[in-house]
Amino acid sequence: MNLFIGDYGHLFVILSFFAALLASYGYWEASKENQLGTQSWLRFSRIAFTVHALSVFGIVATLFAIIYNHRYEYHYAWSHSSNHLPVYYMISCFWEGQEGSFLLWIFWHAILGAILIKVNNKWEAPVMAVFMLVQAFLVSMILGVVIPYLHTRFGAFPVKIGSSPFILMKESMPDLPVYTSRPDFVAEDGNGLNPLLQNYWMVIHPPTLFLGFALTIVPFAYCMAGLWKGWTKEWIRPALPWSLLAAVVLGTGIMMGAYWAYETLNFGGYWNWDPVENAVYVPWLILIASIHLMISYKNSGTALRMAVIMVTLSFLLILYATFLTRSGILGNASVHSFTDLGLSGQLLNYLLTFTLLSGWLIVRTWKKIPIEDAEPSVYSREFWIFIGVAILSLAAFQVLATTSIPVYNTIAKALGLKLSLAPPAKPEIHYSYWQMGFAIVIAILSGMGQFFWWKKMDKKQLWDALYLPVIASLCCTALILLFGLLDAYSGEEMNPYVKGAYILLVAASLFSIFSNIMIFVKVVRNNYRITGGALAHIGVAMMLIGILFSSGYSKIVSLNNSGLVYRKDFSDEVNRDNLLLFRNSPEKMKDLQLIYKGQRIEAKGYGGYVNKDWVLPTQDPYKVILRKDLKEKGVVVFKKGDTLTTNPENTFYEVAYVKAVGDTFTLYPRIQQNPRMGNVVSPDIKHFVGRDLYSHLSAIPVSEDEREWSPTETHTIHQGDTIYINDYVCIFKHVDVINTLPGVKLGANDFSVVAHMLLLGPDGASYPMHPNLVILAEQSASGSIPEMNEELGVKITLDKINPETHEFVFSVNTCQKDYIIIKAIEKPGINLLWIGTLLVILGLGMAMFRRYKEFMAMRDKGQEVA
Amino acid sequence: MKRSYIILLVIIAVAVGIILSTTGDASQYVDFAQAAKMAGEGDDDVVHVVGKLKKNAMGEYEGMSYNPGVDPNYFEFLLTDTKNRTEKVLYFQPKPQDFEKAEQIVIIGHTKNDMFVAEKILMKCPSKYEDKEVKI
Repeated sequence: MNLFIGDYGHLFVILSFFAALLASYGYWEASKENQLGTQSWLRFSRIAFTVHALSVFGIVATLFAIIYNHRYEYHYAWSHSSNHLPVYYMISCFWEGQEGSFLLWIFWHAILGAILIKVNNKWEAPVMAVFMLVQAFLVSMILGVVIPYLHTRFGAFPVKIGSSPFILMKESMPDLPVYTSRPDFVAEDGNGLNPLLQNYWMVIHPPTLFLGFALTIVPFAYCMAGLWKGWTKEWIRPALPWSLLAAVVLGTGIMMGAYWAYETLNFGGYWNWDPVENAVYVPWLILIASIHLMISYKNSGTALRMAVIMVTLSFLLILYATFLTRSGILGNASVHSFTDLGLSGQLLNYLLTFTLLSGWLIVRTWKKIPIEDAEPSVYSREFWIFIGVAILSLAAFQVLATTSIPVYNTIAKALGLKLSLAPPAKPEIHYSYWQMGFAIVIAILSGMGQFFWWKKMDKKQLWDALYLPVIASLCCTALILLFGLLDAYSGEEMNPYVKGAYILLVAASLFSIFSNIMIFVKVVRNNYRITGGALAHIGVAMMLIGILFSSGYSKIVSLNNSGLVYRKDFSDEVNRDNLLLFRNSPEKMKDLQLIYKGQRIEAKGYGGYVNKDWVLPTQDPYKVILRKDLKEKGVVVFKKGDTLTTNPENTFYEVAYVKAVGDTFTLYPRIQQNPRMGNVVSPDIKHFVGRDLYSHLSAIPVSEDEREWSPTETHTIHQGDTIYINDYVCIFKHVDVINTLPGVKLGANDFSVVAHMLLLGPDGASYPMHPNLVILAEQSASGSIPEMNEELGVKITLDKINPETHEFVFSVNTCQKDYIIIKAIEKPGINLLWIGTLLVILGLGMAMFRRYKEFMAMRDKGQEVA
Repeated sequence: MKRSYIILLVIIAVAVGIILSTTGDASQYVDFAQAAKMAGEGDDDVVHVVGKLKKNAMGEYEGMSYNPGVDPNYFEFLLTDTKNRTEKVLYFQPKPQDFEKAEQIVIIGHTKNDMFVAEKILMKCPSKYEDKEVKI
């Protein structure tokens, strides 16, 4: 037991909290106009910030040391880590728990703060005053301080501020019975990391997302500082590159999460309209809207007031998202929200404090924010940007309104009303139809807007610019319709309105792609640096088309055609999406065959998967012994009898997809059996240019120890005899005496008798089986090593040999044959979604660099706020 | 100024439409009695029912049946709702992983022919996220 390290950690937390408060106060003093003392306050604040940042790194290092050294006396290490966890997943422990993910957020803030101090001159003090105040609130979430018996109106009770990652098991679970007998008990092994997080995307997705969260605070801090110091329009220039960076990083984080869900979870897609996903999608939309307003202001001096509101909203919505996912308010509504740590009150305070503060500041300075009096013309870009922003805001509002349903119930309860609203039963339809409508308008606007961007327009010029992309997109849409790409798969009815909307979406997206390509070609010759907007818009339109095809036209490949309608009175509800595959018995689909080949495991040092039937288990679940030579590209990598290192939690199920004409491939969907956290199913995906084939297991037979075996049949036979096992003829051919047996230590005089059995199936297939009887001569003992054939569900044991009569006693058990239930889905056009995503990232990134250069140029001229 | 008012009106109209669709599409948490009443009135709205799996005196699960060899897409079980009424639930999907381990089950669907047809099942498995037991 090491109690010091946790005390250090806690000390760092407290230090970083007070240093953040001091820095915020110091910067506030330094922002005051009087020149006297400004410099020393500035110096003071920088020192406070340095202490804060170092303490934050100290907290991270301490927590990592606790996890890395398996110090299970600490609750955080015990509950999120385990002895067998590889180091690269240890960082994932940080974001499995709430405290760790707050820490990650705080860590990013510390780094961003250092950058802000470095790049700003005049802005440093006011921006950092706001920034460090936010940071102090965030650090308070992991403070873990209990104020004893605070006297309030409601009585006296202890108040807990924050939840520390450094609490001991003993403090967290004092009621464990073991503590009465062994007060200094420390667990041998940890609870382990959630298997879903043991994925490389989960190593990079949460940090990216939290960096996106952290970045939204920067434009907010500039905006607030600007309003406060009276630089009501100057804040746009320094804030814009940060807003763009926030949009890139947050967007990348969201899409990484989507890809992770697609690759790891088994709901069959990349987006589930889960509250946790929606909660970050909403601020991203508002962030994008705010960027357009800021650019609009920079170009023509309009929309400044709306820019202020949108920048503030994007930050507040991040706080709201945090409140939703961490306060436990979602309850049954989400599968992956954090459990309530008792921080809901504190989180609500955080949200309300900044809502009120920023609201008050905006109201106070509203009149001082410049405004353009004339209403923008229909042929001006400002007008269309305004429409686009309105659409983006409505789209955000729609998702927010439905995602907040659990909040309405809570508010109603607080008011003494009874409300039991549940989220929509078909979220995919509820959200998708609205969002699709908005997406159609956005696609059209993003196609048109780019033309307005570059020059003043009138009716004639507009048509001159637009007729080419309009005609091109209509022709392409007609072609797509002609080829039947927008028809439903045969046998299905499609709602004509839905199909109409799909056609509109395709046409609008194509229009956006064509017109933005035209702009791109025109601009790239002069200055490639300013093509970011066109690229990002092309990307968005590609994403829309990719989403439409991969989600709207995904096709179940694994249709169960056995024709069994189990319940005639429920014929509407019966579905045939999942297929049962017995091992090695092919199931015919329309144009392909699915064959389940058996269970596979991984082995360290071997590239492929190892047949589970070729290995023997050992005492250590992480080690197995090989029963056959293992080859890789014709070369023997491991020999018979070698010990392999494996991960016992993962089993892969080899499924071959055989086509009559070429195109045969194999997929290995996985089941992770985690003794504490249950079974986790992960799909395997075959990528083609135009589509993905996605398949996952829907159910597996019960595990080995839960199997139901038939009663034992005993056969006493001679060599050459034949017995019947179920439908199989079993020939007992002969026996051999061997001196080496993989996995068994044999002494000089010990040996093993191996029986060569051959099972013949009704279809003529033959299956050799080799049960062993080990004779330990010195101990005059013997032991049976039975052989199990999973495919047949047959186990044969050689029990006894009678040397005088040449009789062999076998016992035979049978059980359910090995099978899997699989669901396979084809997702056309999904690559467009990923390519589009990359283009959006590239486009936004280019725009960011351009705006950052503008900021630096003005700063270096000493005109930061002029 | 006229045009801005028209745009504002359109935005407000869409926002009202959003609110109406949210309340319209929102499902309800009900018990089996209410679900049956809704079905009797011809209302086939999809509802949420919260409950626990039915156990007999021995602590074994009652009425659970999944036979993949016959039909992998058919699973039935008995669920006792919060008002202690037990009903048969049909689920035309494979049996979910770790179904028995769930402490609480939310079924989403509607009542039909005196049985509940679940379209979705949500399971609350406390062991997954909360740590109650410590291995010694």
